[in-house]
This record gives sequence, C-alpha cells and structure tokens, in this order.
Amino acid sequence: MVLKRMVRVVLCLLLFGFGQAMASEWSGYVAAEYRGFTQSKLDDSQFDNGNLSVSFEPEFYHSWNDGDDSLTFVLFARWDEHDPQRSHIDIRELVWLHVAQDWELRVGIDKVFWGVTESQHLVDIINQTDLVENLDGEQKLGQTMLNLSFIKDWGVLDLYVLPGFHERTFPGKDGRFRSIPEIDDHTFYESSAKDKHVDYALRWSQTFDDWDVGISHFYGTSREPRVMPSITPAGLRLTPYYDIINQTGLDVQATLDEWLWKFEVIHRSGQGETFNAVTGGFEYTFVGVMDTAADFGVIAEYLYDDRGSNPAVAFDNDIFVGGRLAMNDAASSELLFGIISDVNDNTRFYNIEASRRFGDSWVLSLEGRFISAGSTGGPFSSIRKDDVIQLELARHF
Amino acid sequence: MKNLSILILILSSAFAYAQTPEEKGLEIAVEADKRDQGFADSSSKMTMTLKNANGDESIRKMRSKTLEVNGDGDKGLTIFDKPSDIKGTAFLSFTHILDADDQWLYLPALKRVKRISSKNKSGPFMGSEFAFEDLSSREVEKYAYLYIKDEAVDGEDAFVIEVRPNYKYSGYTRSVVWISKEKYQPLKIVYYDRKNSLLKTMSVSGYQQYLGQYWRPDMMVMSNHQTKKETRLDFTDYQFKTGLTERDFNKSSLKRAR
Repeated sequence: MVLKRMVRVVLCLLLFGFGQAMASEWSGYVAAEYRGFTQSKLDDSQFDNGNLSVSFEPEFYHSWNDGDDSLTFVLFARWDEHDPQRSHIDIRELVWLHVAQDWELRVGIDKVFWGVTESQHLVDIINQTDLVENLDGEQKLGQTMLNLSFIKDWGVLDLYVLPGFHERTFPGKDGRFRSIPEIDDHTFYESSAKDKHVDYALRWSQTFDDWDVGISHFYGTSREPRVMPSITPAGLRLTPYYDIINQTGLDVQATLDEWLWKFEVIHRSGQGETFNAVTGGFEYTFVGVMDTAADFGVIAEYLYDDRGSNPAVAFDNDIFVGGRLAMNDAASSELLFGIISDVNDNTRFYNIEASRRFGDSWVLSLEGRFISAGSTGGPFSSIRKDDVIQLELARHF
Repeated sequence: MKNLSILILILSSAFAYAQTPEEKGLEIAVEADKRDQGFADSSSKMTMTLKNANGDESIRKMRSKTLEVNGDGDKGLTIFDKPSDIKGTAFLSFTHILDADDQWLYLPALKRVKRISSKNKSGPFMGSEFAFEDLSSREVEKYAYLYIKDEAVDGEDAFVIEVRPNYKYSGYTRSVVWISKEKYQPLKIVYYDRKNSLLKTMSVSGYQQYLGQYWRPDMMVMSNHQTKKETRLDFTDYQFKTGLTERDFNKSSLKRAR
C-alpha cells in the first residue's frame, strides 16, 4: 500500500512538474557488461564462453521545505543474455526523508550499510544481497522500512521497522556462479508469516576521537538462507530456508594516522547452532608512493567463524591480503586486488578490480575472479570452473 | 665619546622596538586571522577546471560548506556534483590546528560512510593540482612565519612572508605568500616541495568583500611547474551566516548531503 501510494506521488511529481523553489533532478547510468569465462562449464545446463548484459539505474531526487524533506527514487534493471534469473528489476530506493533538529525519519524503500571491514560485511544485515549481480555480494536489494534516527550528543540511535522481505537472488539453471544443482525456486520460511514477517533492528553508533564504534541488533528473517538438500524423483534439490534469527553485531574502527584498524563481530542465534563470526585487520596507506601522487594501501584481514566444520560456511578460518592503488589522477584510476585463502585447506579466491574514467561521463571497469578450490565439497567447489574476466563500460548522466 | 653613547642609546632603543622578521610575519598572520573571524558559517559553489600539459580539460563541480570553530580548525562538508560518476559523493572534515584532521567520505553507491586517514594532506584533491592542505582552513598555529619584504602583485601592495608548516605530512618545506595590505588575503602563493624545489604557484584574483568584512576570491589558478599541469578553481554563490550548526556537519548529515 505504502509502496503504491509512493509510486503515485512520484508519478505526479514527474508529470506535473515542480515549483521554482523546489529542487529536483535526474541522474544515473547505463552500462554494458561482458563476462568471459576461461573454463568450461561444470554443469551441462550452464552456458559457456561469454555473456553480455546491460543494466540501467536511473535516480530521481526531489527536495522541498528548504531541503528538510526529500524524495529519492532509484530503480535498477538488468537484462542478461543467458540467465533469466539475472534479468531483473528492483526498486533500490523510494524513500521520503524528513530531517529535524535532532532526529530524521525515513519511510519507504531504502538501502542501509553498516560496518567497516573490506573482505566481508558481517554486521551489515538490513538489505538482502542481490547475489545475481555479483559474487562479491556488495549489491543489495531495496528494503521497505521505517527508520527513525536520533542524533544526540551521546551518539546516533537508529530504530528500524522492516516489513516485507526479499529472498536472496540466485543464478538460475542457465547461469554461472551457482550451486549444483541450482537453488530451487521454492522457498521455505520458519515463520508462518513467510515473507510478511515484520523484522526489527536498532543500532547505536558514536565517534570517540579516533574511534568509530557501532553496536547493533537485528531480530527477524535471516537475509542469508540455509540451503536444505533433499532427494526428489527428479534428483537432488537445494531449497533455501529462511530462519528467524537474532543477531548482535559490533563494529569498530580506529583511525590512527596512516593505520586504519578494523574489527567486526557478530553473534547469531536461531539458524541451526548459535555461532560467532569475526573479521578483523588493518589498512595501512602509503601516501605519494615513489614520488608520485598515487596512494597505495595494504589491507590484511582475518576471517573467522566458529562453525568451522560446517561446509556451508565460506570463510571459517581465512586470511585476506590485498592492495588498493589510487592514482589520484584526473581519470580517477584505481586498482584493487586481493586474495582470500583458507588456512585449513588450500582454497584460494583471487580478485582484481580496476577502473578509470574516460572523458566526463564514461567509466570503464575491469574485474577478474579466479578460484582454486582446495577440496571438492568445500564452499567454492561448485564454482571452481567459474573463473571470469569482466569488462563493464558505463555511461553516467 | 658622548656622541657615541647617544648613538648606542638610539640604536639599542631602535632594536628594542624593531620586530624580528619572525615577529612581523606572525603579526601579519594574526591580523589576517583576526580580520576573517566571526563569519560563523559560509558556503559556496566551486567549479574546478583541470588542464594537463596537452591542454586537455576536465571539469569538476562541487559545493562546500564551512562552520567556523573557535579555538580549533573549522569543520567542512564538500558535496561533489560532477563528473556524474562521483555525483553524491561527500567529504566531511574536522580540521585541527596541529593534530591530524578527522575525515569521513560518503560513497553513495554503497551508502557507506568511511572514516579515512588524514595523512593524505599532500595528496591531490580530485586529481587536481590543489592538494588537500591547500584548501583546508588556515589557522595561525599551523605554520611558522618569516617576513621577507614588501612587494606589489599586479599593482596591489602586499607583504611577502615565508610560511613553514608545523603539522605532519605536509608536501611542502615552505611556501612564500604575498598578502594584500588592504585585504589581508593571499594574492599569490609559491610552493616548494619536500626537496625545497619550486613546485607550484597559485594566483588568487577577483576578491569581493562580503558583509562589509570578509574578502573572498572569485578565482584561484594553481600552476604546477614540474608537471606543467594547471587547475583553475572558480567560486560562485558565496553565502555567510546562513545559520549552519554542528548538526550540519556530522556523519548523519554527510549521508544525506545532496
């Protein structure tokens, strides 16, 4: 209902224009992406070689009341050559924001990020992962919410009511980067309310000089499903199961000159055995390397999950080592690379991302992901043939 | 003999009253700071035109807000509008006189606020010839001063002082500043790199006075003598005392800065 009404408000605003005193603007991007797979598919129904895809993300922003009220609308759409599951549309944002002296209210669909570490985002839980977008899980689906934020001397307190749940998107039968077999369309929930269960969250965050600290709690439908195997006449079937969980999180960053120390820990119950997971490490930046304007950051993080024996846990005892090179040039050229390696078996996950701007509105990005799976049956076993080189050209407006 | 002692008396009293170059340099800096006090808050729009040695140009647009902080460095919020791919990116800084500044960057695509290291004072701002330290607030205690001489810039009388940073991580050993005698604002700054070689020259022009007190330039041009690159920074829409408060300069306001 809220959504329908907001869509109508947006349409009215678009159709009938705005008064002079109000600020409104369009922006966004269109991008073409090519993925080249260097190895043959592992499963017959997957595609081989290359894949083309096009995405579009328009954004509309309108503010009134001297900027104290605003409406933001961000739509995302992708068409994919081979995988119908990856062709999708999502409302990333459709949110009304009201700002007062010591509080802010957000109503609608929005995106929220919590946390500090680089290799994974344990604490970040409000939005569902749009996994078909990218294996790195950084892309998120919009989440319906009511968010009241109190900005006080003692910190910022955010309260969230989260009605409506999005299932995680998974690559389809034809797609790469998937389990074998693919994740089934049928979904099971612990709650009888299924995807109508109302979730709640709160977070307190504060800055103490060089320290930025956040403590959060989430109660509701787990964004991460458990994958339940079952044997059917058609063979093995993998079904996502969404538990009701409680998750408490802590994130801390200490910024001490060129050292950034980062730490995240979560405690989650309700999803099988209660567990804890930790990511912690540092980023050290060399400014002006070799007498150039470039900065080079070295990042090292340790990833731990105390469900070590559970094969579904990707990073139970892993080390991430990476580097970030920022050229600080007019084209904003950047290079990010890293390796996550499992301490127990020899699974290694290599990742490289580079980007630069051409002219005023074109951005070219290159991504490479390479997996060397130590043992079959490990968490990356089914994507061990999915080494990929991805090239994306985006036009921003 | 009597004449000599009178001469000594005259000379010594003259020395007692004469300032050392350090004192005179500091006096000019203190006066410049005093004349710019009390603006409370300010905002402006900026267009940066980057030009490389071949003459290729690229444009950046941004808006900046400043909150005057008494007894410490100012607070600043910069919102980027162009190029389009970084639209919505915003930068929050709490500058301090000698301690490291506190800096946060907002990345709109991920909705992520990142606390960043402020060691990058010497780094280029947005790929331009301006370093972060060239654009941050100039508190008196940040530098040591030395008066050199008087010299006009384009017919405008000015003091010439040498300025050496007292803070860590500066990209300069020193800079030489021409300060207008009328406006107590810089007309020209010549920067020397860490090896004390000539690095850059900044020319400041188009000063206008606001609220009958505060002089602000319309244009700054930074020329890098080593790379032959140049950045021109144009300012428009200056506003003062608009009622900004601490509330407009925190992580919550950074997240929704547009």
